[in-house]
Amino acid sequence: MAQTSGKQAAPPLRAIPRARLPLTWLPVAPFFLYIALFLFLPTVWLIVDAFKDNTTGGFTTANVQAVKDNYLQDYRTSIELSLVTALTGTFFGFFVAYAMVKEGAPRWLRPVLSTFAGVAANAGGVPLAFSFAATLGTTGVVTAFLKDRGLDMYQAGFTMQSLTGLAIVYTYFQMPLMLLVISPALDGLRREWGEAATNLGATSSQYWRWVALPILWPALLGAFVLLFGSAFAAYATATALLGSGVHLVPIDIGLVVNGDFSSNPQLADALALGMIVIIGAVMVAYALLQRRSSKWSRR
Amino acid sequence: MRRGRLNPWDWFWLAMAAIYFLVPIYGTAEFSLETGHGHYGFGYYQQILQDPAFKDSFLLSLRLAVVTVIVSTLLMVPTVFWINLRLPRLRAIVDFIAVLPFVVPPITLGVAILHLFSATYNISSGPLYWLVARPVGWLNSGPQVLVIAYVILALPFTYRSLDAGIRAVDLQTLTEAAQSLGASWITVLWRVLLPNIRSAMLSAAFLTLTLVIGEYTIANIFLFSNTFPTYTAQKGADTAQQAAALAVISLLLTWGALLIILLVGRGRQTGIAGAK
Repeated sequence: MAQTSGKQAAPPLRAIPRARLPLTWLPVAPFFLYIALFLFLPTVWLIVDAFKDNTTGGFTTANVQAVKDNYLQDYRTSIELSLVTALTGTFFGFFVAYAMVKEGAPRWLRPVLSTFAGVAANAGGVPLAFSFAATLGTTGVVTAFLKDRGLDMYQAGFTMQSLTGLAIVYTYFQMPLMLLVISPALDGLRREWGEAATNLGATSSQYWRWVALPILWPALLGAFVLLFGSAFAAYATATALLGSGVHLVPIDIGLVVNGDFSSNPQLADALALGMIVIIGAVMVAYALLQRRSSKWSRR
Repeated sequence: MRRGRLNPWDWFWLAMAAIYFLVPIYGTAEFSLETGHGHYGFGYYQQILQDPAFKDSFLLSLRLAVVTVIVSTLLMVPTVFWINLRLPRLRAIVDFIAVLPFVVPPITLGVAILHLFSATYNISSGPLYWLVARPVGWLNSGPQVLVIAYVILALPFTYRSLDAGIRAVDLQTLTEAAQSLGASWITVLWRVLLPNIRSAMLSAAFLTLTLVIGEYTIANIFLFSNTFPTYTAQKGADTAQQAAALAVISLLLTWGALLIILLVGRGRQTGIAGAK
Protein backbone atom coordinates (compact mmCIF):
# COMPACT_ATOMS: atom_id res chain seq x y z
CA MET A 1 0.00 0.00 0.00
CA ALA A 2 2.50 2.56 1.12
CA GLN A 3 5.12 1.21 -1.23
CA THR A 4 2.96 1.17 -4.35
CA SER A 5 1.85 4.72 -3.80
CA GLY A 6 5.47 5.71 -3.23
CA LYS A 7 6.50 4.15 -6.52
CA GLN A 8 4.21 6.36 -8.53
CA ALA A 9 6.19 9.40 -7.60
CA ALA A 10 9.58 7.81 -8.22
CA PRO A 11 11.40 8.14 -11.53
CA PRO A 12 10.98 4.79 -13.33
CA LEU A 13 14.67 4.37 -14.10
CA ARG A 14 15.79 4.23 -10.48
CA ALA A 15 17.06 0.78 -9.73
CA ILE A 16 17.49 1.01 -5.97
CA PRO A 17 14.22 1.76 -4.21
CA ARG A 18 16.02 3.04 -1.13
CA ALA A 19 17.28 6.07 -3.00
CA ARG A 20 13.91 7.80 -2.83
CA LEU A 21 13.35 7.23 0.86
CA PRO A 22 14.46 10.72 1.93
CA LEU A 23 11.64 12.40 0.03
CA THR A 24 8.96 10.12 1.44
CA TRP A 25 10.33 10.76 4.90
CA LEU A 26 10.44 14.51 4.55
CA PRO A 27 7.13 15.34 6.29
CA VAL A 28 8.04 13.29 9.37
CA ALA A 29 11.66 14.42 9.47
CA PRO A 30 11.07 17.49 11.71
CA PHE A 31 9.35 15.31 14.29
CA PHE A 32 12.13 12.75 14.43
CA LEU A 33 14.75 15.47 14.45
CA TYR A 34 13.01 17.20 17.34
CA ILE A 35 12.73 13.99 19.35
CA ALA A 36 16.34 13.08 18.62
CA LEU A 37 17.66 16.50 19.63
CA PHE A 38 15.51 17.25 22.62
CA LEU A 39 14.59 13.86 24.05
CA PHE A 40 17.07 11.16 23.05
CA LEU A 41 20.26 13.15 22.90
CA PRO A 42 19.83 14.85 26.29
CA THR A 43 18.83 11.55 27.89
CA VAL A 44 21.87 9.74 26.51
CA TRP A 45 24.00 12.66 27.60
CA LEU A 46 22.53 12.48 31.09
CA ILE A 47 23.30 8.77 31.30
CA VAL A 48 26.88 9.32 30.14
CA ASP A 49 27.38 12.21 32.54
CA ALA A 50 26.13 10.13 35.44
CA PHE A 51 29.38 8.19 35.04
CA LYS A 52 31.62 11.23 34.72
CA ASP A 53 33.84 12.66 37.38
CA ASN A 54 32.76 16.09 38.55
CA THR A 55 36.17 17.74 38.20
CA THR A 56 38.27 15.66 35.82
CA GLY A 57 35.51 14.53 33.46
CA GLY A 58 36.90 10.98 33.46
CA PHE A 59 34.89 7.80 33.89
CA THR A 60 33.82 7.05 37.42
CA THR A 61 31.16 5.10 39.27
CA ALA A 62 31.42 7.44 42.24
CA ASN A 63 28.15 9.26 41.47
CA VAL A 64 26.18 6.06 41.20
CA GLN A 65 27.90 4.79 44.33
CA ALA A 66 26.93 8.00 46.14
CA VAL A 67 23.33 7.47 45.09
CA LYS A 68 23.49 3.91 46.37
CA ASP A 69 25.01 4.95 49.67
CA ASN A 70 22.93 8.01 50.47
CA TYR A 71 19.68 7.84 48.58
CA LEU A 72 18.56 4.20 48.57
CA GLN A 73 15.98 4.84 51.28
CA ASP A 74 14.51 7.71 49.25
CA TYR A 75 14.01 5.42 46.28
CA ARG A 76 12.24 2.98 48.57
CA THR A 77 9.97 5.74 49.89
CA SER A 78 9.19 6.91 46.36
CA ILE A 79 8.42 3.39 45.16
CA GLU A 80 6.28 2.64 48.20
CA LEU A 81 4.25 5.83 47.75
CA SER A 82 3.81 5.13 44.03
CA LEU A 83 2.70 1.55 44.64
CA VAL A 84 0.22 2.54 47.34
CA THR A 85 -1.36 5.38 45.36
CA ALA A 86 -1.40 3.35 42.15
CA LEU A 87 -3.30 0.67 44.07
CA THR A 88 -5.78 3.04 45.71
CA GLY A 89 -6.24 4.90 42.42
CA THR A 90 -6.78 1.73 40.41
CA PHE A 91 -9.17 0.26 42.94
CA PHE A 92 -11.21 3.38 43.67
CA GLY A 93 -11.17 4.53 40.04
CA PHE A 94 -12.30 1.15 38.78
CA PHE A 95 -15.46 1.07 40.87
CA VAL A 96 -16.39 4.65 40.09
CA ALA A 97 -15.76 4.08 36.37
CA TYR A 98 -17.83 0.90 36.49
CA ALA A 99 -20.76 2.75 38.05
CA MET A 100 -20.32 5.55 35.52
CA VAL A 101 -20.41 3.41 32.35
CA LYS A 102 -23.44 1.36 33.39
CA GLU A 103 -26.43 1.83 31.16
CA GLY A 104 -28.67 2.58 34.11
CA ALA A 105 -26.53 5.46 35.33
CA PRO A 106 -28.04 8.94 35.05
CA ARG A 107 -27.40 10.51 31.66
CA TRP A 108 -25.55 13.55 32.97
CA LEU A 109 -23.19 11.49 35.09
CA ARG A 110 -20.73 10.42 32.47
CA PRO A 111 -20.01 13.74 30.72
CA VAL A 112 -19.76 15.53 34.07
CA LEU A 113 -17.49 12.92 35.63
CA SER A 114 -15.21 12.52 32.64
CA THR A 115 -14.84 16.25 32.11
CA PHE A 116 -14.04 16.66 35.77
CA ALA A 117 -11.60 13.75 35.60
CA GLY A 118 -9.91 15.32 32.58
CA VAL A 119 -9.19 18.42 34.60
CA ALA A 120 -8.41 16.68 37.88
CA ALA A 121 -6.02 14.18 36.30
CA ASN A 122 -3.90 17.13 35.19
CA ALA A 123 -4.55 19.15 38.31
CA GLY A 124 -1.67 17.65 40.22
CA GLY A 125 0.68 20.37 41.19
CA VAL A 126 1.02 23.35 43.40
CA PRO A 127 -2.67 24.34 43.71
CA LEU A 128 -3.61 20.78 44.64
CA ALA A 129 -1.12 20.82 47.48
CA PHE A 130 -2.52 24.15 48.69
CA SER A 131 -6.07 22.83 48.52
CA PHE A 132 -5.28 19.91 50.74
CA ALA A 133 -3.31 22.08 53.11
CA ALA A 134 -6.40 24.29 53.44
CA THR A 135 -8.60 21.24 53.98
CA LEU A 136 -6.57 18.75 56.00
CA GLY A 137 -3.66 20.88 57.18
CA THR A 138 -3.16 21.77 60.85
CA THR A 139 -5.59 24.68 60.57
CA GLY A 140 -7.55 23.18 57.67
CA VAL A 141 -11.29 23.36 57.37
CA VAL A 142 -11.97 19.64 57.80
CA THR A 143 -9.38 19.38 60.55
CA ALA A 144 -11.13 22.17 62.45
CA PHE A 145 -14.55 20.68 61.75
CA LEU A 146 -13.52 17.32 63.20
CA LYS A 147 -11.72 18.91 66.11
CA ASP A 148 -14.87 20.77 67.12
CA ARG A 149 -16.56 17.40 67.27
CA GLY A 150 -13.88 15.89 69.46
CA LEU A 151 -11.78 14.18 66.81
CA ASP A 152 -8.30 15.59 66.70
CA MET A 153 -6.59 14.04 63.68
CA TYR A 154 -3.24 15.56 64.52
CA GLN A 155 -3.43 14.23 68.05
CA ALA A 156 -4.05 10.83 66.52
CA GLY A 157 -0.77 11.09 64.65
CA PHE A 158 -1.91 12.28 61.25
CA THR A 159 0.14 14.86 59.37
CA MET A 160 0.07 16.05 55.79
CA GLN A 161 3.84 15.62 55.72
CA SER A 162 3.62 11.86 55.98
CA LEU A 163 3.27 9.10 53.44
CA THR A 164 -0.40 8.74 54.39
CA GLY A 165 -0.96 12.45 53.85
CA LEU A 166 0.80 12.35 50.49
CA ALA A 167 -1.13 9.26 49.44
CA ILE A 168 -4.44 11.00 50.17
CA VAL A 169 -3.37 13.95 48.04
CA TYR A 170 -1.95 11.87 45.18
CA THR A 171 -5.17 9.89 44.90
CA TYR A 172 -6.79 13.15 43.82
CA PHE A 173 -5.07 12.91 40.46
CA GLN A 174 -4.52 9.15 40.40
CA MET A 175 -8.15 8.17 40.61
CA PRO A 176 -9.35 10.47 37.78
CA LEU A 177 -6.49 9.19 35.65
CA MET A 178 -7.75 5.65 36.23
CA LEU A 179 -11.27 6.76 35.37
CA LEU A 180 -10.11 8.16 32.04
CA VAL A 181 -7.96 5.18 31.15
CA ILE A 182 -10.29 2.37 32.14
CA SER A 183 -13.66 3.63 30.85
CA PRO A 184 -12.97 2.69 27.19
CA ALA A 185 -12.05 -0.82 28.32
CA LEU A 186 -15.22 -1.08 30.40
CA ASP A 187 -17.22 0.09 27.40
CA GLY A 188 -15.73 -2.88 25.56
CA LEU A 189 -17.34 -5.32 27.99
CA ARG A 190 -20.31 -6.44 25.98
CA ARG A 191 -23.59 -6.93 27.68
CA GLU A 192 -24.09 -10.19 25.73
CA TRP A 193 -21.12 -11.75 27.48
CA GLY A 194 -22.74 -11.20 30.84
CA GLU A 195 -26.03 -12.56 29.52
CA ALA A 196 -24.33 -15.57 27.99
CA ALA A 197 -22.59 -16.29 31.28
CA THR A 198 -25.88 -16.03 33.17
CA ASN A 199 -27.61 -18.32 30.70
CA LEU A 200 -24.88 -20.88 31.21
CA GLY A 201 -25.57 -20.71 34.92
CA ALA A 202 -22.66 -18.54 36.04
CA THR A 203 -22.93 -16.55 39.24
CA SER A 204 -21.82 -12.95 39.39
CA SER A 205 -18.46 -13.81 40.89
CA GLN A 206 -17.92 -16.57 38.32
CA TYR A 207 -18.64 -14.10 35.55
CA TRP A 208 -16.04 -11.72 36.97
CA ARG A 209 -13.51 -14.44 37.64
CA TRP A 210 -13.73 -16.20 34.28
CA VAL A 211 -15.01 -13.63 31.82
CA ALA A 212 -14.76 -9.97 32.76
CA LEU A 213 -11.45 -9.85 34.61
CA PRO A 214 -9.47 -11.86 32.03
CA ILE A 215 -10.75 -9.46 29.36
CA LEU A 216 -9.99 -6.39 31.46
CA TRP A 217 -6.68 -7.66 32.77
CA PRO A 218 -4.41 -6.06 30.14
CA ALA A 219 -6.19 -2.71 30.51
CA LEU A 220 -6.04 -2.90 34.31
CA LEU A 221 -2.36 -3.75 34.21
CA GLY A 222 -1.64 -0.91 31.83
CA ALA A 223 -3.59 1.54 33.97
CA PHE A 224 -1.75 0.43 37.09
CA VAL A 225 1.62 0.96 35.40
CA LEU A 226 0.55 4.39 34.18
CA LEU A 227 -0.57 5.36 37.67
CA PHE A 228 2.65 4.09 39.17
CA GLY A 229 4.64 6.22 36.76
CA SER A 230 2.55 9.30 37.38
CA ALA A 231 2.99 9.07 41.15
CA PHE A 232 6.66 8.20 40.86
CA ALA A 233 7.29 11.28 38.72
CA ALA A 234 5.15 13.72 40.73
CA TYR A 235 7.25 16.60 41.96
CA ALA A 236 5.23 19.79 42.21
CA THR A 237 2.62 18.51 44.66
CA ALA A 238 5.21 16.92 46.90
CA THR A 239 7.47 19.96 46.94
CA ALA A 240 4.69 22.42 47.63
CA LEU A 241 3.30 20.23 50.39
CA LEU A 242 6.45 19.09 52.06
CA GLY A 243 9.10 21.63 51.36
CA SER A 244 12.06 19.35 51.66
CA GLY A 245 10.77 17.48 54.68
CA VAL A 246 10.01 14.06 53.26
CA HIS A 247 12.64 12.51 51.06
CA LEU A 248 11.33 11.50 47.69
CA VAL A 249 13.68 11.08 44.76
CA PRO A 250 12.25 13.93 42.62
CA ILE A 251 12.62 16.28 45.58
CA ASP A 252 16.22 15.14 46.02
CA ILE A 253 16.93 15.86 42.36
CA GLY A 254 15.39 19.30 42.64
CA LEU A 255 17.55 20.04 45.68
CA VAL A 256 20.72 18.85 43.99
CA VAL A 257 20.03 20.88 40.86
CA ASN A 258 19.00 24.18 42.42
CA GLY A 259 20.02 23.79 45.99
CA ASP A 260 23.18 24.04 47.95
CA PHE A 261 24.88 21.19 46.16
CA SER A 262 24.71 22.69 42.69
CA SER A 263 28.43 22.14 42.33
CA ASN A 264 27.72 18.50 41.54
CA PRO A 265 25.34 18.22 38.58
CA GLN A 266 26.58 14.68 37.94
CA LEU A 267 24.93 13.58 41.17
CA ALA A 268 21.62 14.86 39.80
CA ASP A 269 22.33 12.86 36.64
CA ALA A 270 22.96 9.72 38.67
CA LEU A 271 19.75 10.27 40.67
CA ALA A 272 17.77 10.81 37.47
CA LEU A 273 19.38 7.71 35.98
CA GLY A 274 18.08 5.77 38.97
CA MET A 275 14.55 6.94 38.19
CA ILE A 276 14.95 5.93 34.55
CA VAL A 277 16.19 2.49 35.60
CA ILE A 278 13.24 1.92 37.92
CA ILE A 279 10.66 3.09 35.40
CA GLY A 280 12.42 0.99 32.76
CA ALA A 281 12.24 -2.08 34.99
CA VAL A 282 8.52 -1.48 35.56
CA MET A 283 7.96 -1.19 31.82
CA VAL A 284 9.84 -4.42 31.13
CA ALA A 285 7.82 -6.24 33.77
CA TYR A 286 4.69 -4.80 32.23
CA ALA A 287 5.68 -5.94 28.74
CA LEU A 288 6.40 -9.47 29.99
CA LEU A 289 3.11 -9.74 31.88
CA GLN A 290 1.26 -8.30 28.93
CA ARG A 291 2.78 -10.85 26.59
CA ARG A 292 1.87 -13.68 28.94
CA SER A 293 -1.71 -12.50 29.22
CA SER A 294 -2.11 -11.89 25.49
CA LYS A 295 -1.55 -15.61 24.94
CA TRP A 296 -4.97 -16.43 26.26
CA SER A 297 -6.89 -13.24 25.68
CA ARG A 298 -6.05 -12.80 22.03
CA ARG A 299 -9.06 -11.57 20.14
CA MET B 1 -27.25 -9.03 33.41
CA ARG B 2 -26.24 -6.71 36.25
CA ARG B 3 -25.10 -4.08 33.82
CA GLY B 4 -28.52 -2.56 33.77
CA ARG B 5 -29.13 -0.68 37.00
CA LEU B 6 -27.00 0.96 39.61
CA ASN B 7 -26.88 -1.08 42.79
CA PRO B 8 -26.15 0.32 46.27
CA TRP B 9 -22.44 -0.38 45.83
CA ASP B 10 -22.31 1.78 42.72
CA TRP B 11 -23.99 4.60 44.61
CA PHE B 12 -21.56 4.09 47.45
CA TRP B 13 -18.53 4.50 45.18
CA LEU B 14 -20.05 7.48 43.40
CA ALA B 15 -20.85 9.14 46.72
CA MET B 16 -17.32 8.46 48.00
CA ALA B 17 -15.92 10.03 44.85
CA ALA B 18 -18.19 13.06 45.18
CA ILE B 19 -17.16 13.60 48.80
CA TYR B 20 -13.49 13.04 48.10
CA PHE B 21 -13.43 15.45 45.18
CA LEU B 22 -15.75 18.16 46.41
CA VAL B 23 -14.67 18.50 50.04
CA PRO B 24 -11.16 19.84 49.25
CA ILE B 25 -12.67 22.33 46.78
CA TYR B 26 -15.15 23.49 49.40
CA GLY B 27 -12.45 23.52 52.08
CA THR B 28 -10.12 25.61 49.95
CA ALA B 29 -12.84 28.10 49.11
CA GLU B 30 -13.91 28.51 52.72
CA PHE B 31 -10.34 28.73 53.98
CA SER B 32 -9.49 31.44 51.46
CA LEU B 33 -12.52 33.53 52.41
CA GLU B 34 -12.02 33.35 56.16
CA THR B 35 -10.56 36.67 57.25
CA GLY B 36 -10.89 36.28 61.01
CA HIS B 37 -12.89 34.44 63.60
CA GLY B 38 -16.15 33.82 61.88
CA HIS B 39 -15.66 36.67 59.41
CA TYR B 40 -15.55 36.21 55.69
CA GLY B 41 -14.38 38.40 52.83
CA PHE B 42 -12.40 38.66 49.65
CA GLY B 43 -9.35 40.24 51.28
CA TYR B 44 -6.90 37.57 50.22
CA TYR B 45 -8.15 37.63 46.67
CA GLN B 46 -7.70 41.39 46.56
CA GLN B 47 -4.14 41.08 47.80
CA ILE B 48 -3.34 38.61 45.05
CA LEU B 49 -5.11 40.40 42.24
CA GLN B 50 -3.38 43.65 43.19
CA ASP B 51 0.02 42.04 42.97
CA PRO B 52 1.40 42.91 39.51
CA ALA B 53 3.50 39.72 39.55
CA PHE B 54 0.28 37.71 39.52
CA LYS B 55 -0.84 39.08 36.17
CA ASP B 56 2.66 39.00 34.71
CA SER B 57 3.21 35.38 35.70
CA PHE B 58 -0.11 34.29 34.33
CA LEU B 59 0.47 36.10 31.05
CA LEU B 60 3.93 34.57 30.77
CA SER B 61 2.54 31.07 31.27
CA LEU B 62 -0.22 31.78 28.80
CA ARG B 63 2.30 32.95 26.20
CA LEU B 64 4.44 29.87 26.76
CA ALA B 65 1.34 27.73 26.39
CA VAL B 66 0.32 29.37 23.13
CA VAL B 67 3.80 28.99 21.66
CA THR B 68 3.84 25.35 22.77
CA VAL B 69 0.49 24.76 21.07
CA ILE B 70 1.77 26.34 17.85
CA VAL B 71 5.03 24.40 17.81
CA SER B 72 3.29 21.10 18.69
CA THR B 73 0.69 21.60 16.00
CA LEU B 74 3.23 22.46 13.31
CA LEU B 75 5.29 19.48 14.31
CA MET B 76 2.58 16.89 14.81
CA VAL B 77 -0.09 17.56 12.19
CA PRO B 78 2.18 16.75 9.20
CA THR B 79 3.66 13.82 11.09
CA VAL B 80 0.34 12.21 12.00
CA PHE B 81 -1.06 12.97 8.54
CA TRP B 82 1.85 11.35 6.75
CA ILE B 83 2.01 8.35 9.03
CA ASN B 84 -1.63 7.61 8.42
CA LEU B 85 -1.34 8.17 4.70
CA ARG B 86 2.05 6.96 3.55
CA LEU B 87 4.17 5.53 6.32
CA PRO B 88 1.96 3.23 8.39
CA ARG B 89 4.97 1.07 9.15
CA LEU B 90 6.33 3.93 11.27
CA ARG B 91 3.23 3.95 13.43
CA ALA B 92 4.63 1.54 15.99
CA ILE B 93 7.71 3.71 16.44
CA VAL B 94 5.75 6.95 16.80
CA ASP B 95 3.30 5.22 19.16
CA PHE B 96 6.25 4.21 21.27
CA ILE B 97 7.84 7.67 21.23
CA ALA B 98 4.51 9.25 22.14
CA VAL B 99 4.25 7.33 25.41
CA LEU B 100 7.84 8.12 26.41
CA PRO B 101 6.91 11.45 28.03
CA PHE B 102 4.62 9.47 30.34
CA VAL B 103 7.49 7.15 31.13
CA VAL B 104 10.35 9.62 31.51
CA PRO B 105 9.58 11.66 34.62
CA PRO B 106 9.41 15.41 33.87
CA ILE B 107 12.12 16.11 36.40
CA THR B 108 14.40 13.71 34.55
CA LEU B 109 13.52 15.34 31.25
CA GLY B 110 14.26 18.73 32.80
CA VAL B 111 17.66 17.62 34.09
CA ALA B 112 18.41 16.03 30.71
CA ILE B 113 17.51 19.16 28.75
CA LEU B 114 19.64 21.24 31.12
CA HIS B 115 22.60 19.50 29.50
CA LEU B 116 21.86 21.30 26.25
CA PHE B 117 22.00 24.73 27.79
CA SER B 118 23.54 24.91 31.19
CA ALA B 119 27.02 26.29 31.55
CA THR B 120 27.70 23.87 34.38
CA TYR B 121 27.71 21.05 31.87
CA ASN B 122 30.53 22.61 29.82
CA ILE B 123 28.60 22.53 26.60
CA SER B 124 30.97 24.99 24.98
CA SER B 125 33.68 22.38 24.76
CA GLY B 126 31.69 19.76 22.87
CA PRO B 127 30.68 19.39 19.23
CA LEU B 128 27.11 19.73 20.41
CA TYR B 129 27.74 23.36 21.06
CA TRP B 130 27.87 23.88 17.31
CA LEU B 131 25.10 21.45 16.58
CA VAL B 132 22.56 22.48 19.17
CA ALA B 133 23.52 25.09 21.70
CA ARG B 134 24.68 27.74 19.27
CA PRO B 135 21.76 27.67 16.86
CA VAL B 136 19.23 27.68 19.64
CA GLY B 137 21.40 29.53 22.10
CA TRP B 138 19.12 32.55 22.03
CA LEU B 139 16.48 30.34 23.61
CA ASN B 140 18.49 30.20 26.74
CA SER B 141 18.16 33.92 27.30
CA GLY B 142 14.67 33.58 28.78
CA PRO B 143 11.75 31.38 29.74
CA GLN B 144 11.09 30.52 26.08
CA VAL B 145 13.62 27.72 26.59
CA LEU B 146 10.88 25.89 28.50
CA VAL B 147 8.85 25.45 25.32
CA ILE B 148 11.37 22.84 24.17
CA ALA B 149 10.48 20.61 27.08
CA TYR B 150 6.77 21.48 27.01
CA VAL B 151 6.37 20.30 23.43
CA ILE B 152 7.72 16.93 24.55
CA LEU B 153 5.52 16.83 27.66
CA ALA B 154 2.49 17.63 25.47
CA LEU B 155 3.40 15.02 22.88
CA PRO B 156 1.22 12.17 24.22
CA PHE B 157 -1.87 14.40 24.30
CA THR B 158 -1.22 16.04 20.95
CA TYR B 159 -0.44 12.78 19.22
CA ARG B 160 -3.37 10.86 20.69
CA SER B 161 -6.00 13.50 19.88
CA LEU B 162 -4.69 14.23 16.39
CA ASP B 163 -4.31 10.56 15.55
CA ALA B 164 -7.83 9.78 16.75
CA GLY B 165 -9.13 12.74 14.73
CA ILE B 166 -7.33 11.74 11.55
CA ARG B 167 -8.29 8.10 11.86
CA ALA B 168 -11.94 9.06 12.00
CA VAL B 169 -11.58 10.60 8.52
CA ASP B 170 -11.33 8.54 5.34
CA LEU B 171 -7.98 10.07 4.62
CA GLN B 172 -7.03 7.97 1.60
CA THR B 173 -10.23 8.74 -0.32
CA LEU B 174 -10.25 12.42 0.58
CA THR B 175 -6.63 12.88 -0.41
CA GLU B 176 -7.02 11.03 -3.68
CA ALA B 177 -10.18 12.98 -4.49
CA ALA B 178 -8.46 16.28 -3.76
CA GLN B 179 -5.37 15.34 -5.73
CA SER B 180 -7.32 14.11 -8.72
CA LEU B 181 -8.93 17.55 -8.74
CA GLY B 182 -5.45 19.02 -8.92
CA ALA B 183 -4.88 19.99 -5.30
CA SER B 184 -1.31 20.29 -4.05
CA TRP B 185 -0.16 18.74 -0.78
CA ILE B 186 -0.43 22.09 0.93
CA THR B 187 -4.01 22.48 -0.31
CA VAL B 188 -4.85 18.97 0.86
CA LEU B 189 -3.47 19.72 4.30
CA TRP B 190 -4.99 23.16 4.63
CA ARG B 191 -8.37 22.82 2.98
CA VAL B 192 -9.19 19.13 3.32
CA LEU B 193 -7.46 17.77 6.39
CA LEU B 194 -7.54 20.72 8.79
CA PRO B 195 -11.30 21.40 8.61
CA ASN B 196 -11.89 17.74 9.32
CA ILE B 197 -9.68 17.52 12.38
CA ARG B 198 -10.51 20.89 13.87
CA SER B 199 -12.13 19.49 17.00
CA ALA B 200 -9.24 17.08 17.48
CA MET B 201 -6.83 20.00 17.20
CA LEU B 202 -8.88 21.99 19.69
CA SER B 203 -8.88 19.25 22.26
CA ALA B 204 -5.14 18.78 21.78
CA ALA B 205 -4.68 22.52 22.20
CA PHE B 206 -6.76 22.59 25.35
CA LEU B 207 -4.86 19.75 26.96
CA THR B 208 -1.58 21.43 26.06
CA LEU B 209 -2.75 24.77 27.44
CA THR B 210 -3.76 23.35 30.80
CA LEU B 211 -0.59 21.31 30.93
CA VAL B 212 1.72 24.26 30.30
CA ILE B 213 -0.16 26.75 32.48
CA GLY B 214 0.14 24.30 35.38
CA GLU B 215 3.67 23.10 34.72
CA TYR B 216 5.90 23.56 37.74
CA THR B 217 8.64 20.94 37.65
CA ILE B 218 10.70 21.99 34.67
CA ALA B 219 10.23 25.72 35.25
CA ASN B 220 11.55 25.17 38.75
CA ILE B 221 14.51 23.08 37.54
CA PHE B 222 15.37 25.87 35.10
CA LEU B 223 15.04 28.38 37.96
CA PHE B 224 12.31 30.47 36.39
CA SER B 225 10.41 31.85 39.34
CA ASN B 226 8.05 33.98 37.27
CA THR B 227 5.82 31.44 35.56
CA PHE B 228 2.35 31.06 37.02
CA PRO B 229 2.97 27.84 39.01
CA THR B 230 6.36 28.89 40.32
CA TYR B 231 4.90 32.26 41.33
CA THR B 232 2.00 30.44 42.99
CA ALA B 233 4.37 28.23 44.92
CA GLN B 234 6.39 31.16 46.21
CA LYS B 235 3.41 33.30 47.07
CA GLY B 236 1.64 30.42 48.76
CA ALA B 237 4.64 29.70 50.93
CA ASP B 238 4.07 33.08 52.62
CA THR B 239 0.51 32.76 53.91
CA ALA B 240 -1.68 29.70 53.89
CA GLN B 241 -4.79 31.75 53.11
CA GLN B 242 -3.26 33.40 50.08
CA ALA B 243 -2.20 29.95 48.95
CA ALA B 244 -5.80 28.77 49.20
CA ALA B 245 -7.05 31.83 47.32
CA LEU B 246 -4.46 31.17 44.60
CA ALA B 247 -5.58 27.55 44.38
CA VAL B 248 -9.17 28.70 43.89
CA ILE B 249 -8.07 31.20 41.24
CA SER B 250 -6.08 28.54 39.36
CA LEU B 251 -9.04 26.21 39.50
CA LEU B 252 -11.39 28.89 38.17
CA LEU B 253 -8.94 29.80 35.41
CA THR B 254 -8.61 26.17 34.37
CA TRP B 255 -12.35 25.65 34.32
CA GLY B 256 -12.84 28.92 32.50
CA ALA B 257 -10.38 27.90 29.81
CA LEU B 258 -12.09 24.52 29.56
CA LEU B 259 -15.51 26.10 29.13
CA ILE B 260 -14.28 28.51 26.46
CA ILE B 261 -12.68 25.70 24.49
CA LEU B 262 -15.80 23.56 24.81
CA LEU B 263 -18.03 26.38 23.62
CA VAL B 264 -15.71 27.35 20.77
CA GLY B 265 -15.38 23.71 19.78
CA ARG B 266 -19.12 23.17 19.84
CA GLY B 267 -19.85 26.33 17.84
CA ARG B 268 -17.40 25.35 15.15
CA GLN B 269 -18.58 21.78 15.02
CA THR B 270 -22.17 22.64 14.34
CA GLY B 271 -20.89 25.03 11.71
CA ILE B 272 -19.47 22.20 9.65
CA ALA B 273 -22.42 20.05 8.84
CA GLY B 274 -21.73 16.42 9.52
CA ALA B 275 -18.01 16.78 9.96
CA LYS B 276 -16.80 14.67 12.83
